[in-house]
Order: sequence, then C-alpha cells, then structure tokens
Amino acid sequence: MPSVPHTFDTVPQVWPHRHLLDLERLTPGEIRLLLDTAAQLKEATAGCRRKLTILAGRTIVNLFFENSTRTRTSFSLAARRLGADVVEFSASGSSLSKGESFIDTAKNLEAMGIDAVVVRHSTPGTPHLLAQHLDVGVINAGDGAHEHPTQGLLDIFSIRERLGDISGATVGLVGDIAHSRTARSNVWGLLKLGAKVIVCGPPTLVSKRWEELGVEVSHNLDNIVPRCDVLNLLRIQFERQNTRPFPSVREYAHLYAMTGERLKRARKDLLILAPGPINRGVEVTADVADCPQSLILDQVTNGLAVRMATLWLTCGNRLPQTDQAGHAQPGLSAEGTL
Amino acid sequence: MKKTLLISGGRVIDPAQGIDRVADVWVRDGRILAITGGTGPGEPLPESADETLAAAGLIVSPGLVDMHVHLREPGREEAETIATGTQAALAGGFTSVACIPNTEPPIDTQAAVEFVHQKAVRADTCNVFVVACVSRNREGKELAEIGQLVEAGAVAFSDDGAPVYDAELMRRAFEYCRMFDKPILAHEEVLELSRGGVMHEGLVSLVLGLTGMPAAAEEVMIGRDTALAESTDGRLHVMHVSTAGGVDLIRAAKARGVRVTAEACPHHFTLTDEALRGFDASCKMSPPLRTAADVEAIIAGIADGTIDCIATDHAPHAPETKMLELDRAPFGILGLETAVGLSVSRLIATGRIGWPRLIEALSTLPASILGIGRGTLRPGAPADITLIDPDLTWQVDVRSFRSKSVNSPFQGWTLRGRAVATIVAGRIKYRLA
Repeated sequence: MPSVPHTFDTVPQVWPHRHLLDLERLTPGEIRLLLDTAAQLKEATAGCRRKLTILAGRTIVNLFFENSTRTRTSFSLAARRLGADVVEFSASGSSLSKGESFIDTAKNLEAMGIDAVVVRHSTPGTPHLLAQHLDVGVINAGDGAHEHPTQGLLDIFSIRERLGDISGATVGLVGDIAHSRTARSNVWGLLKLGAKVIVCGPPTLVSKRWEELGVEVSHNLDNIVPRCDVLNLLRIQFERQNTRPFPSVREYAHLYAMTGERLKRARKDLLILAPGPINRGVEVTADVADCPQSLILDQVTNGLAVRMATLWLTCGNRLPQTDQAGHAQPGLSAEGTL
Repeated sequence: MKKTLLISGGRVIDPAQGIDRVADVWVRDGRILAITGGTGPGEPLPESADETLAAAGLIVSPGLVDMHVHLREPGREEAETIATGTQAALAGGFTSVACIPNTEPPIDTQAAVEFVHQKAVRADTCNVFVVACVSRNREGKELAEIGQLVEAGAVAFSDDGAPVYDAELMRRAFEYCRMFDKPILAHEEVLELSRGGVMHEGLVSLVLGLTGMPAAAEEVMIGRDTALAESTDGRLHVMHVSTAGGVDLIRAAKARGVRVTAEACPHHFTLTDEALRGFDASCKMSPPLRTAADVEAIIAGIADGTIDCIATDHAPHAPETKMLELDRAPFGILGLETAVGLSVSRLIATGRIGWPRLIEALSTLPASILGIGRGTLRPGAPADITLIDPDLTWQVDVRSFRSKSVNSPFQGWTLRGRAVATIVAGRIKYRLA
C-alpha cells in the first residue's frame, strides 16, 4: 500500500531532502516513498498523460552540460504535467563557452528566481558541488559515470510494477558497468530494497571490487541468465573509453549480447530492461528488445512518473531554511503549497 | 658589530651530530657559534648575548628544508610568487626550499636560475635553491644544459609535473648528472595508466564513477628508474611516494645498494581516497590520495628510513581553477604551512617515530640529498634554526596563510605542533604571534 495519501497537499515530513543527488545516500524508506509517490502520480495523471497543477508557480531549469534527448524531454514533460514552468539551458551557446565556471552559471540562473535545477554533467559530483553553492533544489540527471538516480528509480519502479515486491529478486546488470551511472544507481537502489544483484561483463568493464559492495560479479552471461528474474542491459559507453576494453564489437556481442538463443535458457517470466539508447545487435538483439517480457517502453513512461515524484518531493514545499546538507530544519511548516 | 643570539633552554635536536638534549644554542655573525649547557643548572655561559630567545619546552632544530616546492614564478604569479611562497615557508618553519622548475617558462637556462636567485634575494625571506629541468624546455626530448645549470647553482634536476618519459633520456640524465654528483628528482608515473584519472583507482573511485589512477602507474615507473639508476650508478630521488608497492620497490633497491632516496608528502600519510567522497578539488593531487594500507606503508617507510624525507609538494593554485569540475581542476595542494602540524600529529603524537627521526626527515636528510651545507647545528654552519612548539594545538585557517593560494584540504583541522620561530642565517625571520 502506498505510504502517503493521494492529496499532494504537502510533501510528507518523512521526506527531508531538498535535492536528489544520488541513491547511495538515501534510506530504503526514502526510496520506497519516492516509488510510492511515483505510483500515485502515475495513477493521478492517468498513466502520466493528464495534467495536474500541484507545482503551478514553480520554475524548473533543465541545466544540461552534456547532450541528452530523452532524459531532458522526460524531465520537461514531468514538470509540465505537474503545472511547473520549465526553462531549458544548454551549455553550448551559453557563457560556458566563454569560460564561465559552471557554478557561476548556475548562480546566475538561481538569481532569476527559480525553484530547482535539473543538472546533467559529464563530471561526477558536479550536482553535489552545485548543491553546496545553491539555495535551490538540485536534481541529478546524470553525473558522468557516477549516478543517474531517476534512471535507477524508474528501472526499479518498472520491475516493482511487474513483480510487486523486489526483495529477494535476482537482477542482472549486463554490459559496461565501469562507465555506467545507471548501473551505480541501480546497484544502490536494488541492494537497499533487498534484491540480489549480479553485474556481468568482461573484466575490463566489471571490476572484482563490486564484490566489496555485496554484489555478485560474473564474466559469463550464459551462467547467470537462468538465475535471473530481471536482466538490465546496459549499453557500451564508447565515448568514455581511453582504449577499447574488448577486441571488437563483434566479439563483445558474441559474448554479452542478450539474444533470442540465450532467452530460451532463461526463466519464462524473465523481465528485460534496457535504459537506452539501445544499440540493437550489441547488447541486445531485436527479437529480445521487442519480446513480450521487454519493459523498455514501460521504462520510458515510468520515467515520467518517477521524475514527477522527484520534482514534487524536492520542490513541492518551499523550504526557505535548510542546513548545509540540504536537510530541512525541524519545526518548519510548509507554506505555499497548492 | 657582531651580534650574538642565544637560544636558551630548548630541547636541541641535531641528528647530524647525534645531539638530543636540553641545551643553549649560540649564534654569531649568521653562523652557529656553539651548543653549550647540559641538564644541570649553573653552567657558565661563554659570554653574554645581545638577544635571547627563551626556548624552554620548545624543540630547537636545524632549519627545516623542503626539497619539493612549487613557487610558480615565473608564469603563475596569480597562484604564488617567490616572495609569497617563501613567506609561507618561513611560517611553516622552513629555512630552505628547493623550487621545482615546472614554471612558465620552465627553469632550464642559466638566466632562469639567476632570475629565481635574484627574486629570492629581493624577497629576503628563506633560502631558495633551484632545481632545474632535466630536459630542455621540460619537453622530455633532449637534455638541458645541465653542466651550465650546475654552474649557475642548480642543486638537482627534475621534470616534475611529469615523468621523464623516454627511458633512454632518463638513462643519459643519470649518467650525465653523475659527474656533478647531482640527483634526479623523479615524478614516477606511467601516463597511459593514469590518463584521464582524477583520483586513486580503487573502491572509492568505482563508487564515485571517477576515473582512477592505479597504484601500478607509480610502481612501474619506480621499477624502471631504480633499474636505470642501478645500471648507471646514478642518483635517483623518488618524489612523493604514495603507494605501498612503491615503498617496497625503494626498500628493495636500497638493499641492493642502488643510490636511491625518497620523499613522502604529509597528505599522503594523512588522507586516503575516502576524502574524495565530497568531490572536493582541494583533495585532487598527483599522485593521488591512496588507501589506508598505502598510508600505513608510507608511515612504516618513514619510520624505518626507506623514505628518507618529508617534502610538501606545495602546489598553489588560484581559487578559480579549483572551482572547476573535478576533472578540469588542476592537481595539487598547499603544503608549507601545514607540514609540521601534520607530521607531528600523524607521526609523533601517534608514537610512530621520535623527534630525532622527524628532524632528520625534515632537515638533515633533504639538506644532505641536495648538498646544500645545511641541516645541522654544527659550529660554523649557517645559523638556520627552527623552533617548534611540540604541544601547541592550533586550527588551520587558510585565510591566515601567507601563501597566495588557499587550496588546502586541511581547512578547519586541529593540528598539534607548530613552528613558533624561524631563523635564517642568524636573523629571526618569523615568529608566531
């Protein structure tokens, strides 16, 4: 059962954060609250199609220092579905190309009277640094290979929607784990909710060190396919490599692509996720991407629900006084809620 | 007029003479005159002094020597100048610094060495010794005019900031420097392995998604250079050792009789890669902060003498450059004004080494590696003396630093031990207010 009422009058007090920077530092209860809120908003918006006004009067800035189409669009739509105004800011063509620091850029936007920035950047930690320098909410839309919390949440949301409960489920993350922010957010979220996580790929992309976090490490996809309830197929981030971590795409696909052949050896109800953009024929073949167990398009819809929940929880209330860690000080009453 | 300075009643430690006792140090005409007195009261003084510094409860050490300092001038005066950097040195208790030549332009000519000397004379602060480039224009292609640089006063050679990448050039440098008996100070890094890296490659870099610089990047290069030093009988000084494997390689090379010395930086025996969890660019340096096991190995290496000395790798950067994203921010942190406090807090207060070993690491050995005729209180030596309060606890405040920059990860830390007076050639150049 959802843990918050359907009214969206005020953000529940159990949500203490002004920012959403990563899943590593959220509690299991906070992650559940985010997922439950997303479920309610999905329902209240008739599957993310209808519009609400619970963020009317708020202004959200999409501050993207790195190219993105789907995440940016998803955040924009999520904000508009809740009645917020959205401003798009791209690094190209801005003063950044004139040498301004990213902190100065963000401070300028803040001075224009905004409520939250959704930030994507190729460098890990950039949203965290912004959160230290800004008074408005900061939502991480992907920071390098570090985290992509809303992607992790929407993956888990999509699994939960099918399985009901995620604890005890076995989730395999396959592919370029080393350079994947999606992998990291999935690992934290899944572990906190009690799932078993396997990371799978060649040793050049899957470090043995993952075991220190309580994750199983495998270099053999055929071995793990029969054991998994869910497979999340991550793309190869060619743009983040110094030297290619495997001899050829052909060889990679031979060893690690999820194919119809491999699907035959999986459980009948195996769920297939892929955060996209997917490289058909590399990490997944077309027959698997389009099979009935594929949640790839559910993920996209659920992305809206999760991002609506994130925006609502982080800026549904005005919290004029927060401490440095971004936690609301106790005793503050919510104001300006709609 | 010859003025006499008396430093009375301190714990005088001079490892070069095997002295560690409460005594009086007499200075005249810029040189050490005598060390007198023992533990008993009433011993006759040789004469009266014009000025007396009461040093009861203080350590009286030969002036500290930092053999790895980036003074940034010429070229990066917005970050540090020879005047401000040497002021910071004095405040940290250092009477001599060796400045590293990765300036703009690099120090690879007699004129450039002369420029630094002149600026140091004008600053009238501590002694500045010049480390000159191994290679012309620090490009790693051909040797700089090492013989002429020695004539101009260069005390050692280094392309620090980067390794001497061409193994044959490094071999030639070892061979060539042998005739001047000058050491090569080596930045040990295999660049292909650390390319794009911002921190140590380990569990923390994995969690943070930051590109790592593996320990092997340092160890492989230390392996190469110890082999080259061994085969040429050249003098290798390994700068800023940061890895347990590096310490082991140096220990093994010393056991074989290779002419190798080494230094470690206070941050490398104080912080670990965990410090990067806040994504703070003031924790970004090369070599990077490593693991707790590496920290332990470095402390053990200092304790057993594998690592000869402590050097700061003082690397000022203007604040705007450290406000950039972590991968765009430059490597390096300040070191001069926290070195004594960190060393005392991490090495003495924890019982890992005693005071004579610390003084050896901060003065005796760096002075002897550089061959600068300092690092001792022997009568006749230049009267470079540092007074250290071993028990003073104080809080680091970068706003009070004399350095022009503020890039220190130790802001707000409470440290134990601090230089309270710094004397250069008999003149009191710094006193803690």
